[in-house]
Amino acid sequence: MADQTLPIPGSLRATPSRGAALLEWLHGWVVTVDHKKLGILYVVYAIFFLLVAGAEALAMRIQLAVPHNHFLGPETYNEFFTMHGTTMVFLVGMPILFGFANYLVPLMVGARDMAFPRLNAFSFWLTAFGGLLLYFSFVGGFGLYGMGAAPDVSWWAYAPLTAKAFSPGHNTDYWALSLIVMGFGTLGAAINTLATAFSMRCRGMTLFRMPLFVWLMVVTSGLTLITITPLTAAQIMLTIDRYLGGHFFDTQAGGSATVWMHFFWIFGHPEVYVLILPAFGIASEVIPVFSRKAIFGYPVMVAASVGIAFVSVTVWAHHMFTIGMTSVSNSFFVLSTMMVGIPTGIKIFNWIATMWGGKIRFATPMLFATAFLFQFLIAGLTGIMLSVAPWDWQLHNSYFVIAHFHYTLTGSFVFCIFAAIYYWYPKATGRMLSERLGKWHFWLFLIGFHITFDTMHFVGILGMPRSIYTYEADRGWNTLNMIISAGGLVQGIAVLVFAWNLIHSYLHGKVAGNDPWDAWTLEWSTPSPPPVYNFAADPVVRSRRPLWDIKHPNDPDWKYEQ
Amino acid sequence: MQQGRSHSSSRSRLCTVFMFTIGAVPALAEGPQATPSIFAPASTPAHEIYGLSIFVLLITGSIFAVVAGLLTYVIIRFRARGPDAEHEPPQIYGSTQVELAWTVIPVLIVVVLFLTTARIIFAIQDAPEPKSALEVTVIGHQFWWEFRYPKLNIVTANELHIPASTRDAPQPAYLHLLSADVDHSFWVPQLAGKTDLIPNHPNDMWLDPRQPGLYLGQCAQFCGIEHAKMLIRVYVDTPQQFKAWVKNQQQIGVEDSAAAAGRQVFETQACVNCHTVVGTPAHGTFGPDLTHLMSRATIGAGAAANTPENLRAWIHDPGTFKPGALMPAMQLTDQQVDEILAYLSTLH
Repeated sequence: MADQTLPIPGSLRATPSRGAALLEWLHGWVVTVDHKKLGILYVVYAIFFLLVAGAEALAMRIQLAVPHNHFLGPETYNEFFTMHGTTMVFLVGMPILFGFANYLVPLMVGARDMAFPRLNAFSFWLTAFGGLLLYFSFVGGFGLYGMGAAPDVSWWAYAPLTAKAFSPGHNTDYWALSLIVMGFGTLGAAINTLATAFSMRCRGMTLFRMPLFVWLMVVTSGLTLITITPLTAAQIMLTIDRYLGGHFFDTQAGGSATVWMHFFWIFGHPEVYVLILPAFGIASEVIPVFSRKAIFGYPVMVAASVGIAFVSVTVWAHHMFTIGMTSVSNSFFVLSTMMVGIPTGIKIFNWIATMWGGKIRFATPMLFATAFLFQFLIAGLTGIMLSVAPWDWQLHNSYFVIAHFHYTLTGSFVFCIFAAIYYWYPKATGRMLSERLGKWHFWLFLIGFHITFDTMHFVGILGMPRSIYTYEADRGWNTLNMIISAGGLVQGIAVLVFAWNLIHSYLHGKVAGNDPWDAWTLEWSTPSPPPVYNFAADPVVRSRRPLWDIKHPNDPDWKYEQ
Repeated sequence: MQQGRSHSSSRSRLCTVFMFTIGAVPALAEGPQATPSIFAPASTPAHEIYGLSIFVLLITGSIFAVVAGLLTYVIIRFRARGPDAEHEPPQIYGSTQVELAWTVIPVLIVVVLFLTTARIIFAIQDAPEPKSALEVTVIGHQFWWEFRYPKLNIVTANELHIPASTRDAPQPAYLHLLSADVDHSFWVPQLAGKTDLIPNHPNDMWLDPRQPGLYLGQCAQFCGIEHAKMLIRVYVDTPQQFKAWVKNQQQIGVEDSAAAAGRQVFETQACVNCHTVVGTPAHGTFGPDLTHLMSRATIGAGAAANTPENLRAWIHDPGTFKPGALMPAMQLTDQQVDEILAYLSTLH
């Protein structure tokens, strides 16, 4: 198969020249339909763009460190904050979660590949080229201020700022078209994940024996199908407006700015759950293994996840409390938003109950998962604050909102992604990540995160709005902004430590073995890295923790599970 | 409304104590501040939101204390110690009673929070407009504010003047929000929550500040390149000050022969396409009305103080203060700039 192209060191076979070998190796990655290779491609791609969008954020923080700074002009700043948001959601968040889904779902359900391997490769390359299309705008986009203009209409791109009259040139088109392209890639990945989980499970693995990670990926994929569709529709409508004389959002010809808002947020809010649900899945794998206990309340966890998904499609207009909806509409969206807190709270309690009575080992994955619990708690509570519509009239579009959603997306999603990388890297590469560097990474990132995003809450309460490239010196925001920027720098250093750890450990890391964490799900029964075919013989399971059953033959799970 | 106000003030005393304990807020001074804190409310809508926010903070703060406390306890109490790693802890798979308990309690909290919130939504949003209200039409432009007082026949820009409202003679300002181009959002945190200005979608909001003074705010919806310099200054005047301001604004520009040369330049260049000076041929509406430019403290929607040097630099090239402002650099000679400056200086 295409995968067995790495020349074996010391082999007696005639090896091809170095150049040819490299080419063949590269070719192997490009044409691969193996779910594990595609999963790694997704993750590497996402980490690359994490560095890019992180650099954009740092540049913005340098600009905002002092008032009336001239480090970035308004054009560049507006491009950077638009691209930072778009990149983090579409080129980091979505690819990395589908990267993990790709790598882990088949292994966890005991399958040999995804349901549709070719669709899988197609989805990845659509996503990849969509991202390149977006970033090409920095070179080839022609905008309001000449060549090399990236999109600068903010990542929510409210109409009519995106209309031809206010956004001439092509940079907004790069934004719309690349999101359409990536959207189709994402839909393919979501369909594939659903099909794999529903039809490729090994013998004995009923739906209610699937690992929670797989359940959460199923819910996420279902939600993706619901959310990406209106986004893609809206982008097509926008393109029609801009090129074919449509008037959907073109207010100067009677179009509606609020219709765009509805389309965007019926995508945009569930999208937040698309990103956070996989984080829940990761936490639900890592926390039990490092607490040495079965997950507490598995059926409730599944129900809560499905519940969150359903409620999350009814809350979108809480992004629109300030647009002048009626008091009844506002109240409806207050209630629906607050209701999300109920299943979410249940999940937090269940994780704590899982840890209760355990023997918690604080290896790096567990450190990240524990910090996730604290930060997600705070993110949830500030979410409750924002759901209080009158208070949202103050907090909306202030730095408080920025702080809140970075608590969910960085403090929760990214922390879980780091936990996942430390946890599954040994499986994918055969080598452990350095614990020493991992601890450095964790503590630096944790400290930097809190310096930056805790402070942002306060500067928001003091009235600083988002999306501004500079601010007045007399508003009392100067010190706080300097602190926020300093924290950003610490996070940047932490991410560099992480990147170094990835590379260094790949070459010199401790050999992992099949099951370095003494874990319980099927992927740990295969060699690290797993062979192309994953499992030599089709596995058969009798409970949610097949490896526990093997390790504890006198005390197997299937005797006790409800 | 009266009832709501007294509620929130008693609540705000409670919260002052609370806030100091968590050390989160700067001093809660009454009246205008340079820092537009949402925790220094100076108008009924802002007060009611503040009271509600403290109530929500107390509830969420308690939830945080309980859950974070539990989590901390678990981390300390149940971390693996010693070498008995061989023995796994007892496996517990769940408990229906416990799950039920931590489902019902959050449901009750949500009910309380929702009812409290809905009460304030209706109190603020559906408050009936009193007859004594001052009506102002606010029009958002890239990147400045137009304020029209239809009943007083006044048009001005960027600096909103409203009278202080008193308990005996309440005179809230009702703002009718429109947009000339893209979405904007009117936000003066000490006076009220923000409301968006959306083309084809008129909105309303109201303020009733008690303390005279200057309240600061700015556009809170990204509206293009100079969104950051679309600042708002709300002058809350005493009734006498407001009367005097209205009288001045209602006058048309005074003919000043010393500035005739400047007026000539102003009226023969493109200035008049965008700017209005009442009583002259200048009738443009694309840019701010300049009839009483000198009565304003800032230029460029707060981008710079209204001093002769700044005004000269602005006329020469608005990009000096506000790169991306829609007013072009008119390529005027230094002499023309001086003459226009002399003319504008007469527009009190």
